[in-house]
Amino acid sequence: MDLSGAFTAMWADLPAIFSMLIVGAAGLVVILMEAFQNRDPRIPWLTAGAFGLAMGWEAFQLGTAPDTAFFEQLRTGGYAAYINLLILGAGLFTTLVSPPYLRRLNRNFGEVYALLLFATVGMIMLGTSNTLISVFVGLETMSVCLYIMAGLLREDEGGIESGFKYFVLGAFSTGFLLYGIALMYGTTGTMHLPEMAGAFPDGVPLLFWAGVGLVIVGFGFKVSAAPFHMWTPDVYQGAPTTLTGYMSTASKASAFAALILILFFALPSAQASLVLAVLALITMAVGNVMALRQANVKRMLAYSSIAHAGYMFVALASGTTAGYSGALFYLLVYTVMNLGAFGVLALLEWDGMAGRKQTLSSLAGMGLERPVLGASMAVFMFSLIGFPPFGGFIGKYYIFAPAVSAGLTWLVIIGLLFSAMSGYYYLRVIYVLYMQTAADVAEADRAPEGGFAQPAWLSTAAVALCAVLLLVLGVAFSGVVDVTEMLFIQADAMAQTP
Amino acid sequence: MEVALDWYLALSAVMFTIGVFGVLLKRNAIVILMCVELMLNSANVALVGFSQSLADPTGQILVFFSIAVAAAEAAIGLAIVIAIFRKKRTVNINDIHLFKH
Amino acid sequence: MDSELLVRLILLLPLAGALFSGVLPLFLPQLRTSEGLIGTVSTAAVALPFAFAVYLFATFSGDPIITSYFTWMAAGDLSIDFAYRIDELSLIMLLVVTGVGSVIHLYSTGYMHGDSGFWRFFAYLNLFIFAMLNLILANNLPVLFLGWEGVGLCSYLLIGFWYTDLSNSAAANKAFIVNRVGDFAFLLAMFFLFREVGALDFGTLLAEGPGIDTTVLGFIVLLIFIGATGKSAQLPLFVWLPDAMAGPTPVSALIHAATMVTSGLYLLARLSPMVLEVPHIMVIIGIVGAITALMAATIAITQNDIKKVLAYSTVSQLGFMFMAAGVGAFFVAIFHVVTHAFFKGCLFLCSGSVIHSMEHVEHDLEAKGHNMAGFDPQDMRTMGGLKDYMPSTRWTYLISTLAIAGIPLLAGFFSKDEILFKSFELGYSGAFYGYVVWGIAVVTALLTAFYMLRSYMLTFEGEPRWPDADTVHPHESPASMTIPLWILAGLSIVGGYIGLPAVIQGGDLNWIHHFLGEPYGGPVHEMKDLAKVPLALKWGLVGFGSLIAIVGAYIGYRAYRPGQAMAYDTALQNRLGGLYTFWDAKYHIDDFYNEVIVDGLLDTSKKVLQPMDATLIDGVVNGVAALSQSVSNGVSRIQTGLIQNYALMLVLGVVLVLGLIMVGA
Repeated sequence: MDLSGAFTAMWADLPAIFSMLIVGAAGLVVILMEAFQNRDPRIPWLTAGAFGLAMGWEAFQLGTAPDTAFFEQLRTGGYAAYINLLILGAGLFTTLVSPPYLRRLNRNFGEVYALLLFATVGMIMLGTSNTLISVFVGLETMSVCLYIMAGLLREDEGGIESGFKYFVLGAFSTGFLLYGIALMYGTTGTMHLPEMAGAFPDGVPLLFWAGVGLVIVGFGFKVSAAPFHMWTPDVYQGAPTTLTGYMSTASKASAFAALILILFFALPSAQASLVLAVLALITMAVGNVMALRQANVKRMLAYSSIAHAGYMFVALASGTTAGYSGALFYLLVYTVMNLGAFGVLALLEWDGMAGRKQTLSSLAGMGLERPVLGASMAVFMFSLIGFPPFGGFIGKYYIFAPAVSAGLTWLVIIGLLFSAMSGYYYLRVIYVLYMQTAADVAEADRAPEGGFAQPAWLSTAAVALCAVLLLVLGVAFSGVVDVTEMLFIQADAMAQTP
Repeated sequence: MEVALDWYLALSAVMFTIGVFGVLLKRNAIVILMCVELMLNSANVALVGFSQSLADPTGQILVFFSIAVAAAEAAIGLAIVIAIFRKKRTVNINDIHLFKH
Repeated sequence: MDSELLVRLILLLPLAGALFSGVLPLFLPQLRTSEGLIGTVSTAAVALPFAFAVYLFATFSGDPIITSYFTWMAAGDLSIDFAYRIDELSLIMLLVVTGVGSVIHLYSTGYMHGDSGFWRFFAYLNLFIFAMLNLILANNLPVLFLGWEGVGLCSYLLIGFWYTDLSNSAAANKAFIVNRVGDFAFLLAMFFLFREVGALDFGTLLAEGPGIDTTVLGFIVLLIFIGATGKSAQLPLFVWLPDAMAGPTPVSALIHAATMVTSGLYLLARLSPMVLEVPHIMVIIGIVGAITALMAATIAITQNDIKKVLAYSTVSQLGFMFMAAGVGAFFVAIFHVVTHAFFKGCLFLCSGSVIHSMEHVEHDLEAKGHNMAGFDPQDMRTMGGLKDYMPSTRWTYLISTLAIAGIPLLAGFFSKDEILFKSFELGYSGAFYGYVVWGIAVVTALLTAFYMLRSYMLTFEGEPRWPDADTVHPHESPASMTIPLWILAGLSIVGGYIGLPAVIQGGDLNWIHHFLGEPYGGPVHEMKDLAKVPLALKWGLVGFGSLIAIVGAYIGYRAYRPGQAMAYDTALQNRLGGLYTFWDAKYHIDDFYNEVIVDGLLDTSKKVLQPMDATLIDGVVNGVAALSQSVSNGVSRIQTGLIQNYALMLVLGVVLVLGLIMVGA
């Protein structure tokens, strides 16, 4: 075997993983810097710079035709660039809001940023994978970093519990995923997703579907679809809030992107539709109903993120390119509004325990005290309800409409009912922020005098930018939708030509 | 001697089941970590078996990755368990239930 | 003038006004107290569009003017523009919204004088007008929906305007949530329409919509009707409107009487060709409207809060409009929308003027050392005799009371008479429910005249009933408030002549019918092939309708004549017994919602799902355990540790997924 040719080919492919290289290299540099100077203040800037540079690069890749790199291990081109932009953007936002927040928790270690960068490398790999190998490696790189980030507050009972639960259940679900991968590989004889669908000229063996089922379980865990969701509220509640925002958005975006690739390329028929529809149903039900009774906002947002995973499963269940591109669009909207909401929570946190003890009532009247944060939070909540003219409305439209076309009207009806119901718990946040004052709140729930820190202007600006972006996405979104649709038209064409 | 694929699969299924039940039933966090490792390794056995019967090396490539991942997971898992032990003086997972409902 | 430019200005001016008084003061605190500037700009931001609308109306050629700005969403075969449509129907609505809107803006400058949230109030009010204009001018359903949600949002903001009062924000939340139920139906209808027709602009929709398979179309129209019941406060979703009276009174006049609540009717009229294809749904619309009208009228009799009387009366009048829609006379529904905007707007503004001066009375009494705890400036039981102190308010209130009562030759008479006639005509043509609607409408008309006179008599006639009435006097409101009253009262007198009844020249002088009606080239379709009602019978009906109104008003006058005060309420209570209590309790509909639905949901969430993490899993686990004794010892341990509960759930999920995927095979 002549390896020199292989090296040349890989050398030529390096630009395809420019983002991974930049972000990964930045992670290594961060570790070195931290070794020389504890809590080097330049580290967050370096991290943000790496994210920004990578985003700039990816922005130019948006229009490129789909292709593969590294012997068809990774996908490149528009689809990859879209997902990478999402992930990198979430990383950038997290880097911007984290330093003052972590400093207050006394956890502003350089390693946090290294973990953030490495997790991002894993996410990029996962979201752009073209084989089950890169799916597995990407997913695990991401997860291992997230386990540590979730347990960052290791001196706090809640923080360490958060990390532990995430780790045990995450590793457990990885077992199912890997077994599923083994079954899919064993029955098709290939790890390459696009080759799988055509591997069965004479009927699909049940064992293959079992493999697909286990892979769906593994992804269901990562995107917190019920009944694999039970870790979500516990982990979100105990993890540092800015990192929770990152976990709940970037990791889900990347896992959804990979799941879509698997569903789109690897499945020979629409047989998974029923499973996805049932999971969507359970997930929407559990997320929305459980969110109703939460007093802790982070926990409420955790259930809300479960509910939103349910809505996205509705789109996946439709099994059409319109559904997949709708899900991609919704991922963007979801990422922006959730990052923003968690960002606001982080900036309004006072209990020194990542907000795990703070009830919603403790935020009474903060809407007027911090007008920009309050207004942004109102936008996020309205958008999460699915209220025009914010992105959440359009997003819901693009995931529910394809499902109606695919004959899943019953599911859409239920989904709309649940999203109408969600108004109750989202509005409660606005109600407390604007229409109550600290005087209306029980003594035990009140923030201590001067408990709310004055937020850094950069964090506030980042949050406000999210709110503006949601408004833009709600009004002038057709460009983005064109992109998500184009990605599938291109991908479709590519799947046709072996 | 050629071992038939079925034997690999049977072995891996048994290992996997033992792993799952271990996670579900054992109380000691360390033992649970070991059971998770068992699940990953059962998948490795299946992958190797498939790889051999397909005469295709990619399955074994994934096994290398998964061994590396398992090692990383074990390292982090143990670190977390140690942190838990420092905080609570126990590694019984029934004592970890601060967050619920 | 370029009409496209005008449409653009009509839409953008209110938005600019909202930005001016909502955003600038955030940064320039001294602007917050410049009431003159804020009031003028905001009022002009509505009055100018009104002037443009008049111009558009005067130069309207009969062909719809469609202006498209940019493509809002384009996905595959769906392309939706930000497009607006000026045709006969939207012109009428435009005139009402901007006309009544600017009058109410003017009134608000006086009413909100001195309120610390003056600037915020006008920002919301302008924003509301902007959203409402989107709703009525939209050329497709998504843009209409945008406005639909927008007016809901503004209504939410304005009901909760005095948010320091806890009950207000509860009312705001109630309005919002009830409206979401309706919106959900509307959204579904939109999905289905898109699936059936493949487009959502009115041009295509009205051309192809009526051709949809009747079963599906019936379902769609029903969903749209449910959406309309939410926004227009009909059974079973009317509960939010009376509570919405917690907002400032101009808001009640503008949003909850004249404009937003009629948008459900507008939608039905807009889609009239489709509605007419499904007569069985029209029966539902007519009957629901009739029952709502009757129920709300009976509740209104028992109310003592002047704004609550008007609120239930609004629900009742909206019921009349739905009756008109249900019998296929959509143009009559719009006719009643117009006249109702005049007299109900006027009534609400009068009540605001009354409340304003009763607040001064309260203030004066307090200064004299009276204990005013429990005094409610909106309670008619402590009013009386106001006519001597507030002549303008009194006369305008009386005029619009007579108008809504249907006293001949005033605005309400013409539109209500037309509704009665149209339902009778339908019954005469063989559709029995026409008679049912007519019968209920007659009874409701009688009740309307009665309770409106009651409210007038209790408020303005008789002896003052507040303490120390000899020395403490209320005062008439300033001119900025009384001028709008006279404008609207004037319109309540003459507004009806745009729709002269069928007895006169066979209906040839019914201008609004000729303007809107499809037989004359307008956009609003109507029931065809109706039997000809003989002229004598028509005259009889007109006479009967007038008689009902006069009798009802007379009973109201006699029962509450000066000197009687509230005595008749007690008499009525004794005579009706349980029925009165039942009305007073608003048919227990609110209680039903609160206790059964809201509490039920919370309970479910609390009782069923709270223990789900533990109990449900335990239950399942125990079930599994029963299968195999040997596993049971091990499995029962799962109940004790939460992480393992989670893991077990995950495994059960695996079983579920594998089972389902195999079922698929």
